[in-house]
Amino acid sequence: MVTAMLPPDWPGGFWAHWAVFVVVIFVFVLGVMMGALWFERRAMAIMQARLGPNRTGPFGLLQPVADAIKLLLKEDIVPAKGDKLVHWLAPVVVVAPVLMIFAVVPFQGGAILADLNIGILYIVAISSVATVGVFMAGWASNNKYSLLGAMRMVASVVSYEIPVVLSIIGVVLLAGSLSMQQIVLAQDIPFILLQPLGFLLFFIGALAEINRAPFDLMEADSEIVAGFNTEYSGIKWSMFFLGEYGEALAISAIVTTLFLGGWRGPVLPPWLWFLVKVGLVFFTMVWIRTTVPRVRIDQLMALAWKFLFPLALLNLFITAVEILVFPAVSLWVLVGVNIAIMIVLVLLWSRLFKLGWGKVEV
Amino acid sequence: MVIKTEPFVVNIGPAHPSTHGVFRMRTTLDGEVVVDMEPVFGYLHRGIEKLAEERTYTGCIPLTDRLDYLASMSNNFAYVLAVEKLAGIAVPERAEYIRVIMAELQRIASHLIAVGTFLNDCGAFQTPVVYMIREREKILDLFEMACGQRLTYNYMRVGGVSQDVPEEFAPALGKFLKEMPGWINEYDQLLKDNEILLARAKGVGILSKELAINIAASGPVLRASGVKWDIRRADPYSIYDRFNFDIPTGNAGDCYDRYRVRVEEMRQSLRILKQALKDLPQGEARSEVPQRLHPPVGEVYGHIEAPRGDLGFYLVSDGSIAPYRFHVRAPTLINLTALRDMVVGWKVADLIIIFGSIDICMAEVDR
Repeated sequence: MVTAMLPPDWPGGFWAHWAVFVVVIFVFVLGVMMGALWFERRAMAIMQARLGPNRTGPFGLLQPVADAIKLLLKEDIVPAKGDKLVHWLAPVVVVAPVLMIFAVVPFQGGAILADLNIGILYIVAISSVATVGVFMAGWASNNKYSLLGAMRMVASVVSYEIPVVLSIIGVVLLAGSLSMQQIVLAQDIPFILLQPLGFLLFFIGALAEINRAPFDLMEADSEIVAGFNTEYSGIKWSMFFLGEYGEALAISAIVTTLFLGGWRGPVLPPWLWFLVKVGLVFFTMVWIRTTVPRVRIDQLMALAWKFLFPLALLNLFITAVEILVFPAVSLWVLVGVNIAIMIVLVLLWSRLFKLGWGKVEV
Repeated sequence: MVIKTEPFVVNIGPAHPSTHGVFRMRTTLDGEVVVDMEPVFGYLHRGIEKLAEERTYTGCIPLTDRLDYLASMSNNFAYVLAVEKLAGIAVPERAEYIRVIMAELQRIASHLIAVGTFLNDCGAFQTPVVYMIREREKILDLFEMACGQRLTYNYMRVGGVSQDVPEEFAPALGKFLKEMPGWINEYDQLLKDNEILLARAKGVGILSKELAINIAASGPVLRASGVKWDIRRADPYSIYDRFNFDIPTGNAGDCYDRYRVRVEEMRQSLRILKQALKDLPQGEARSEVPQRLHPPVGEVYGHIEAPRGDLGFYLVSDGSIAPYRFHVRAPTLINLTALRDMVVGWKVADLIIIFGSIDICMAEVDR
């Protein structure tokens, strides 16, 4: 791992450093994505009493490479009445912001491309751009399934941004900084303990935002047949695929940074701690995907507005009160209090929370 | 500002991952809401009823395999029952028991696929269906042991079964009966109280009792609506009057009830299998039947409780070696007629799971 050997005050002002670091991050992230792809397929296969890819290379490790070669060689089909330019542009718009997120992810102390003082705000802003790409894909395909999928995507992302950002603010309040590096340095106790409710809301919201199961409505293959990417093939399709896994990894990295203490941990080298934590979060996503069925679009919206949104507001309020009114209280006392608050609130809301809607008179 | 929106038409199918074959739903959508739905089928029509008119009575058995290919044994069973009724042929005791064993095993295998694909339609990413195919595999092994086939069995004959089961069949079946209840409990642990499944399937796609009776629905679809009607009890055939079993029913008639009824039916089938295996007598597996059957002139209707409902064969004989008329009462086709009433007003996602919960097999619908 190259990043581990770099000095902590790196990169300097010299442009070549930036160029090298960009390439290193790019290659590293793509490599981890391929690994994640293999990991998800194998882990899912084991949970589903299957074998999974095991023919290409040792343990099927080269399967993503074989898939990539196949996809590169496939014919690129654009629907006859589709919007050619938008159709071509959409995959780029989806993938580019995902890769840009990794610019502010601290792989370890100092190993960060740009330690922006607004790091987490930058992530929130950049990650929403991918939605535009998805809608472009849905629109340009001139396909009803694609449009339905894209509409679902826009609806869910717009709704889920709010609880996600609100739960991030809780963390920012505790850390006193928007910089990803400073947030990690502020975590003498991982924020998952200090912000258990925030973690829960963030994780659920993030799953919905990146459309992982059980919120994978925009590409529900049993309903709208892969949704927005129905009309994509070959390398363009694989760009979406890459973007999807990139988002999953980015969310894992953000959860690790915000709630799990980033690279910090005993014994192991910091960068390994980071990767282990990212792997654990990613594994949780895979686990959820194999376990639960998909929710319906109105249930998805109800969950965002009736469950996550009020709880996120309450969480923010409680955190602010704790910081302003009781600054002297030991953090470990707050851990206990916050976990108790989380349990009470979640139980209370699960009683109050009604899904509603369902059948419509037509 | 008011945004003017218009309903639009989507063709779901004929080639769609969730139409379980080549079925087309011409759906009018208002956003996500289903405003209208028109089923279009016939893509898999092979003219089986006409083909049968040029084959001998025995030669028709392989055709019945190809009706509902997920429950070939039941199709064989219903057909040979009708022919036996027509020609007045007696069946040896052992053959009756083997038939019941095969039919009940087939019911479990078919319900496993039905429940698994239903959950797949709900969006449970393949996990349940793979688990259930794992158990179905064990049943297919048993079938393979008995007749050498794994999908289209062609096992039953007029007057018995094509060959007696081998010696190792009974111990293998006993082993399966020991294991299977545990597997069914495992599915229940994983799925029965799953919050998302409840939210998705409970109260969705309600088929009222009255409508279910009026359209002549049958099988789990009818029983989930609260009607206790099972041909095995209502019009007993073969030796079903000798066995103890309950008829599970639902009360709401929603997708969840249809799923629960199928799971409970698997348990009841296991009960029947246990009793049948215990009493399995020795003797002939097939009575002496002339090679070319000439049933007397007349007509007959024989029906059984197939996994998907009341499967009937209506045969008319003109005294020759081939049936003059061969009609199949396909339960899935008749159950499907309720689809429009069940889906209008629900969302696209519900349309898929309601359709999945009816559990159709297009090969039987189109024939």
